[in-house]
Amino acid sequence: MKPKRAEIDVVKPGWLTTVQDLGRHGYQRYGMPVSGAMDRFAAIVGNRLVGNPDGAAVLECTLKGPELFFRDDARLAVTGADLSPTLDGNDIPLWECLNVRRGGRLRFGMRRVGFRCYLAIAGGFDAPTALGSRSTHCPSQTGGLDGRPLRAGDLLFGGSFDGGAEQLVGRRLPDRLLPRYDRSIILRVVLDSRREFFQDAAVSTLLRSVYTVAPQSDRMGYRLIGPPLPRAGAHHFISEGTVTGTLQVPADGQPILLMADRQTTGGYPPIAAVISVDLPSAAQLGPGDTVRFVSCSIVEAQALLRTRHHLLDAALPPITVNRRSL
Amino acid sequence: MRLIPLGDSAVTVELGEAIDPDVNALVVAYANRIIEQGWNGIVDVVPTYRSITVHYDPIQWDLTALTDRLLILSCPHPHEVESQGALHKIPVLYGGDSGPDLEGVASFAGLKPSEVIALHTSVCYRVYMLGFTPGFPYLGLLPEQLAIPRLQTPRPRVPPGSVGLADRQTGIYPIATPGGWRLIGRTPIPLYHRTGLDPFLLKPGDRVRFRPIDQNEFERLSREMAHGHDRP
Repeated sequence: MKPKRAEIDVVKPGWLTTVQDLGRHGYQRYGMPVSGAMDRFAAIVGNRLVGNPDGAAVLECTLKGPELFFRDDARLAVTGADLSPTLDGNDIPLWECLNVRRGGRLRFGMRRVGFRCYLAIAGGFDAPTALGSRSTHCPSQTGGLDGRPLRAGDLLFGGSFDGGAEQLVGRRLPDRLLPRYDRSIILRVVLDSRREFFQDAAVSTLLRSVYTVAPQSDRMGYRLIGPPLPRAGAHHFISEGTVTGTLQVPADGQPILLMADRQTTGGYPPIAAVISVDLPSAAQLGPGDTVRFVSCSIVEAQALLRTRHHLLDAALPPITVNRRSL
Repeated sequence: MRLIPLGDSAVTVELGEAIDPDVNALVVAYANRIIEQGWNGIVDVVPTYRSITVHYDPIQWDLTALTDRLLILSCPHPHEVESQGALHKIPVLYGGDSGPDLEGVASFAGLKPSEVIALHTSVCYRVYMLGFTPGFPYLGLLPEQLAIPRLQTPRPRVPPGSVGLADRQTGIYPIATPGGWRLIGRTPIPLYHRTGLDPFLLKPGDRVRFRPIDQNEFERLSREMAHGHDRP
């Protein structure tokens, strides 16, 4: 069958829907944030389900999904948050590859669980790459659709894909690998080895308290409201690199959890960093949700990540050969 | 040299205690040496004032393997290091709407606005690091007399090209963002050129001198930049 390239109309854009891939690497030294899907696990699973390489561009839909009209046949998967997706009025399953026929209409409804939902389409969403990535970074108007969220009236293009690979349809992520989202979660952190920036009570406060995600939270970071983490006054912190998951602490002691669009460098001392394997759960938090932190070693954190990686590879092997679709 | 792991996917290599041009020259040289190795799974190398943050893929690397490699590679010796990069002359329209804090900085320093401009343009600054937003340079050191604290409340929107002061630093806002630095002027030169082949004007270790311009030159340069920007 001839390769196809789906055209999709954006009827309604949703609350904040952006094109994302796995991020823009290699430019942090120039101050360029990494961006990319907040929930990398959901984005990767969506891509594998429809037969894409992990780094194909997906739509990240936040809180309230878009309404999309398919001018052509397409193959898609919806992963991440359950924002009540429907196709032509019928509920569709998450974490499963399905076909949509020409004239199909994808809508979303209320948020059931999670905060960010991913739409992967066979062939990936086509957008020009900027600095090697299709990820949208809105503040600098870089990547995606002119560096901005979707708008009503936009026309999206799927990359070309082999319409004959019907055996993918109905394939789903095994239940044992399905993430469980909750509005009250525990995140594991690696504590920063330096103690000079905080009073002794700060770490025990962090590990004993419940923090609430503040309304002023976005793809850059979540402001967390809870017992303050007392800084030690004497040491001046000189700006240094940050990682996604860093819990940085401004003078008021209220931690900020840095996420996908984080600044590459930070002037507030870090007290800990959320481990990579838990970042997808953090990505599914919204304002008002709560989090507790438990300590974890680096070795343990990396072992957990590798285990998840191997389990996913066993269940849904990565697609590496078909470069055409990228 | 102190190694500080950041979570499970990065490590910061600290080469000094303070903001110092010689330490920063080592930082830039060591960062470039790490980048030149082209190691698989090293996804970003970020030089800052006195340290380098190396971001790695924890699937491909564990911390010990990486720190061993970094220690074997070793930091360049000070005498091997080219201490300064390219020199950029940045034209700035000082004061007025372009630099709403110029008067305030002058009264803080007990100087006339023209003396603030003279002081600000008297120094050849080092690009210690880039951060905050794409292409934002942290330039130093600002003359002591101009060291002024940040605004109590940051502005919700600082126009692109704005030149600001904070403590012993001066910087340029490449894109419109909130910002708390004191704004004394504005340059028409884009620091982040998102469609360009080399989108970032300044690199760590480069040098910057400011040059005062008038409104006419600002407008002429703005037009030229916009034209150059649109050219395919």
